[in-house]
Amino acid sequence: MKTIKLIPTLGRRFALSAALAVTISGTTFQTKAADEQFFPLQSYRVGPYAAGGTGFFGGFIDYLNLINIRDGGVNGVKLTWAEGETQYEVERGVEVYERLKNHPGIAAWNPLSVGIAYAMIDRITQDKTPLITINHGRTDSTDGRVFPYVFPLLLNPYSETSAIINYIGTKLGGLDQLKGKKLVVLYHGSPYGKETIPIYELLAQKYGFTVQQIEVPHPGNEQESQWLTIRRAKPEYVVLRGWGVMNPVAIKTAQKVGFPADHIVGNVWSNSEEDVTPAGEAAKGYVAITTQASGAQYPVLQEIVKTVYGAGKGNLEDKNRIGSVYHNLGIVNGILNVEAVRTAQEKFGHRTLTGDEVRWGFEHLKLDPARVEALGAKDLFHSINVTWDNHEGDGYVTFQRWDGKKWNVVSDWIAPDWALLRPIIEKSATAYATEHNIQLRTAAEAERVDTKPYVANK
Amino acid sequence: MNASASRFPRWLSPVALLAVAYGVLPLVGSSYLFEAILTPFLALSLAAVGLNLLTGYAGQVSLGSAAFMAVGAFAAYNFNLRVHGLPLLASLVLAGLVATALGVVFGLPSLRLRGFYLAVSTLAAQFFVEWALTKFSWFSNNNPSGVIDAPSLRIFGFSFDSSIGRYLFALTIVVVLTGLAQRLVDTQTGHNFIAVRDNELAAKVIGVPVLRTKLLAFAISSFIIGVAGALWAFAYLRTVEPAGFNLDRSFQIVFIIIIGGLASIRGAFFGAALLAVFPLILSRVGSYLLGDRFDSGVLDMSQRLVLGSLIIFFLIAEPDGLVALWDRLKRRLLPMPNNP
Repeated sequence: MKTIKLIPTLGRRFALSAALAVTISGTTFQTKAADEQFFPLQSYRVGPYAAGGTGFFGGFIDYLNLINIRDGGVNGVKLTWAEGETQYEVERGVEVYERLKNHPGIAAWNPLSVGIAYAMIDRITQDKTPLITINHGRTDSTDGRVFPYVFPLLLNPYSETSAIINYIGTKLGGLDQLKGKKLVVLYHGSPYGKETIPIYELLAQKYGFTVQQIEVPHPGNEQESQWLTIRRAKPEYVVLRGWGVMNPVAIKTAQKVGFPADHIVGNVWSNSEEDVTPAGEAAKGYVAITTQASGAQYPVLQEIVKTVYGAGKGNLEDKNRIGSVYHNLGIVNGILNVEAVRTAQEKFGHRTLTGDEVRWGFEHLKLDPARVEALGAKDLFHSINVTWDNHEGDGYVTFQRWDGKKWNVVSDWIAPDWALLRPIIEKSATAYATEHNIQLRTAAEAERVDTKPYVANK
Repeated sequence: MNASASRFPRWLSPVALLAVAYGVLPLVGSSYLFEAILTPFLALSLAAVGLNLLTGYAGQVSLGSAAFMAVGAFAAYNFNLRVHGLPLLASLVLAGLVATALGVVFGLPSLRLRGFYLAVSTLAAQFFVEWALTKFSWFSNNNPSGVIDAPSLRIFGFSFDSSIGRYLFALTIVVVLTGLAQRLVDTQTGHNFIAVRDNELAAKVIGVPVLRTKLLAFAISSFIIGVAGALWAFAYLRTVEPAGFNLDRSFQIVFIIIIGGLASIRGAFFGAALLAVFPLILSRVGSYLLGDRFDSGVLDMSQRLVLGSLIIFFLIAEPDGLVALWDRLKRRLLPMPNNP
């Protein structure tokens, strides 16, 4: 009794309110942190690449919505997101990153732009948050020893190149038939477009064909001179490494100069309906590589149509685009992100994860064909097997031909020549590590996970 | 020079501004404020200061500002990469000098061309530089995608890599160069600039060396724009690709000085605030108020409408730019004591 009287009133009041504040803030922290995993989206719905942006982010959001509506989130953890418009411009992407990076419970960044991804590598490595560049990005970030937080999932640009050359080889009757042949690569004048220049040169040396690489300045709505050069060069095949409006213009101009569409092979960003439909008849017979088939017949798409669009929460304005290439890529991207979160939750608990925990989830993301089927995505994509040092995850590709109305798959699931590419990737990655004084990460270090939520420096 | 004409001494407002920029903002700002708003604002303002010397004061229209920014950024990167042990500040200055050299070369047509014709010839700089930086991969250290990573910001062993550090680094360079530019326009050279702009023949008659003055304007302006480009790359984006310095950026800088106020150092900052910072604020307010109902594309389009109408409104209200509008506002709010 006596002691209490001795405490000055002011001090007691302070102690009480402090205790109260701690309990209140403690409880709010818990309820807030217990049930949300956040996806910051640097989307682009206007500008020259809006078709890709609306389809991809539409599919991604549709899948997150499906998980929320059908399953109540991932093991009870709700998935949330916020969008910031980038128009595919680097500085806008950086601005959106700075705007959203302090949101609690960030799972991963998915900018769908090589330029923006490049600008974020330093930043997200410091924040310890994964950066997903599905089917694109910096090839040497496949090497998880040097880039712990960057994931060019399913197909990095070099694997894509290898698969395309293999496909052309089989069309010619075997890889040895490539010898003495001539190929032209028509590439988009951007970091993304240039990424594969050295690997085409290397494969040309290996297989004895000649390759001429021609740039189309961004955005690519004028290609007369490039195609006249191609007509003079008379190549066996043209590889179209385009993006956005460049693709239909390329196909139309090819027809104008008399180059047959069935000898143009599109890369993974020249493979959508939006790339061929504007070209009309000229695109008939055009073949493109893809990691995910198009069409809405897959169970996961049927569920999205029923559950998400049925509830009026679908993200695509034009329902005809459901099941299109970009929409399906967004859905596959959603599956990979959500499954990485699920994988990490099995280890760290069913709660909001830190960026580093999700990174661990991505590094243990294994979806074999059986699991893919269980997810309702059989034949939509093949499989993935990401490890701590292979951040691509051995994705398979297939080829599809445009018949004027829709894409038809014309090949099996094909594996790129990973064994050939790995040493090249490691060489480039270790060069980057030396230049930036980065210690190569070991398997043991990859297992060490930061479970403290990230707080941005002020 | 009647200091008593104003209630406040002339030095007060810049000193107060600096006190806020150095003393108050680092204490209260968030990393978003520094990294996404202030650092790009400073870099663009500096580029606009450079262009304003050339276009606003000396009357030479240029559409090649982004090219000189690119030259500055890539030169600073290459000096830093290839000359070992070169301090960062030295590579910045050298980068500015490389931009200067190129600026003088592309300024040569100004000796015979004027107005729109000169503007078109500076377009050549824009296209040539973008082409050269893309074509010769040596400039980007043979990086396959042509994107360069900025080095870390270290001066005398002290790191400026935090968001406040980057801001203070950019701020200090901008303050020094802006101070020099402000000083320059009060000297004989600055008066020569204006004389050449207002009437070339009259300037020649009173003994202004017209050719030298024009080339000097190109040189100084390109130096400042080059350093601004290096800041944009090193302090803000931390990565640079040639496409980031395209014609759009050149136009943006021209619009900044037109809207801010030609022939005014302060105008560059006002214009940059409206064209670079205001859209960000608008976008945040827009997504905060309407983000649940519309997707980001619709919001972005409506922001353009708002920004466009505001620009028209401002220019009708005050054709001499925001800086004139600001001065009028100030005169109304703070009446001069000796005015009855």
